[in-house]
Amino acid sequence: MRHSSLTVLLPAAFGAGVLLLWYGVHACLDPEMRFLLPTPDAVGQAFWTQRASLIRATFNTLQGALIGFALAIVVSSGLALLLALSPLVRTTLYPYLMALQMTPLPVLAPICVIWVGAGLLSVSLLTFVIAFFPLVVNTTQGLISADRNLVEMFTLYRASRTQQLFMLRVPAALPYFFTGLRIAATLAPIGAVVADMNAGSSAGNGGGLGFQAVIYSSQAKYPALFATAGTTCILGFALNAAVLGVAWFMLHHWHDSYDRTDR
Amino acid sequence: MPAPPFVEFRMVEKRFGAGNLVLANVSFLAERGDFISLIGPSGCGKSTLLRLLAGLSPISAGTLTINGKTPDNSAADLAFVFQEPTLLPWLTVAGNIEVPQKLRGVSAQARAQSVRQVLDLVRLSAKADAYPRQLSGGQKMRVSLARALALTPKLLLLDEPFGALDEMTREHLNEELLAIRQHQMWTAFFVTHSVSEAVFLSNRIMIMSAEPGRIHQEITVPLPYPRTAETRISPAYHEWVSLVTGIVRSLEKQPL
Repeated sequence: MRHSSLTVLLPAAFGAGVLLLWYGVHACLDPEMRFLLPTPDAVGQAFWTQRASLIRATFNTLQGALIGFALAIVVSSGLALLLALSPLVRTTLYPYLMALQMTPLPVLAPICVIWVGAGLLSVSLLTFVIAFFPLVVNTTQGLISADRNLVEMFTLYRASRTQQLFMLRVPAALPYFFTGLRIAATLAPIGAVVADMNAGSSAGNGGGLGFQAVIYSSQAKYPALFATAGTTCILGFALNAAVLGVAWFMLHHWHDSYDRTDR
Repeated sequence: MPAPPFVEFRMVEKRFGAGNLVLANVSFLAERGDFISLIGPSGCGKSTLLRLLAGLSPISAGTLTINGKTPDNSAADLAFVFQEPTLLPWLTVAGNIEVPQKLRGVSAQARAQSVRQVLDLVRLSAKADAYPRQLSGGQKMRVSLARALALTPKLLLLDEPFGALDEMTREHLNEELLAIRQHQMWTAFFVTHSVSEAVFLSNRIMIMSAEPGRIHQEITVPLPYPRTAETRISPAYHEWVSLVTGIVRSLEKQPL
């Protein structure tokens, strides 16, 4: 009891402290500079007045993020299988996967726009690129690091390659896959928003949150800009919570990380 | 004509790579129903010998036959109990027991029936739907044993299966293993570090020495079966334990 009430009380108290500090800093600022940090209630008000634009932008961003995310899951799983089955393919492709990961999204975005045009397709593709890497790396790692003793048991009982893959390696890789999925779920909304800033002008009707942020910034609607940041944060949080929920559903009955019993 | 021996080692040699002789000149016969313990200092090749029988590793010279066939061709007759329980953590107890049978293409109906039988044998029927992490070390080992028994093997290979367990649990499992042997007849090869375990379980003990690994001496333990907890307090049992302990100690003391 004490533990669970603390986990609610402590963050709540910290949040209240931050709000107080926020008001405090706002009050201390030179009145002409106060636009730099709109008060929480001004941001709240912007949330309300801009709700139509924000909801539409959220929907557009979410669409791009989810398409890219789903595409990343499908393609990375397939590639991970290939990489896990063949050390030769692994050695050949790994440097290029690394290179892809090292290329910053804002640089890739204009290239992507040249190729497929600005809009949902661009945003989806760029989200795919950013979500893909942690997924493929983690899933491959999971597939190749099944317990040596278990592999030996499968060998002893003359398991075929397919049996070994689907009865042993794939289930053993699930926790790794979900680790990758959690990282990807954090990156996907960020990727979608950054992509949207660069390539989203014609995504849906009026672009996503990234494009909305660019507009608010140029119109000097600073409270609305803060509200957009908050919306992005909520979106990322929701996507993460969804992934955590699915991971729990798939793993909680057997994986040690969900074992709550004290030993 | 007498029945051919069940397992025959004739001048078997095992090398890793080009040099490094792990097993030298191993020759002996095992009859059906033998319970043979392999004991000796580390590096004497006792686990390697088990792996040769399992077909996990090929012999380098000599001949090794099981039921007249090479280990590779007799895989269907054997079951292996590893040092670790080696359970799949994402499957229930029942699911784990079914794994080798699934690999061998046994029908779902036959699998379900054998799972019930072996869980009964190892007294874990109540845990059929539990996951490995919910079990104690002794229970996990019982599941591992049940998984092997579900195959109704002709040859049961056990690689120090109870080594990680406490003394009490180990003794209980030894007694259970012999009790199960009343229901299922297999020939067993049992690797262990414990002399008392070897004497309690087996009718033959192969004492092995290292560098290179070879069979130093074979001891026949004439204590009558069925052996139970009573056996452990009999003077004859203690005599055999001290005799074998003496031989094993003398091997360990030899300068390398």
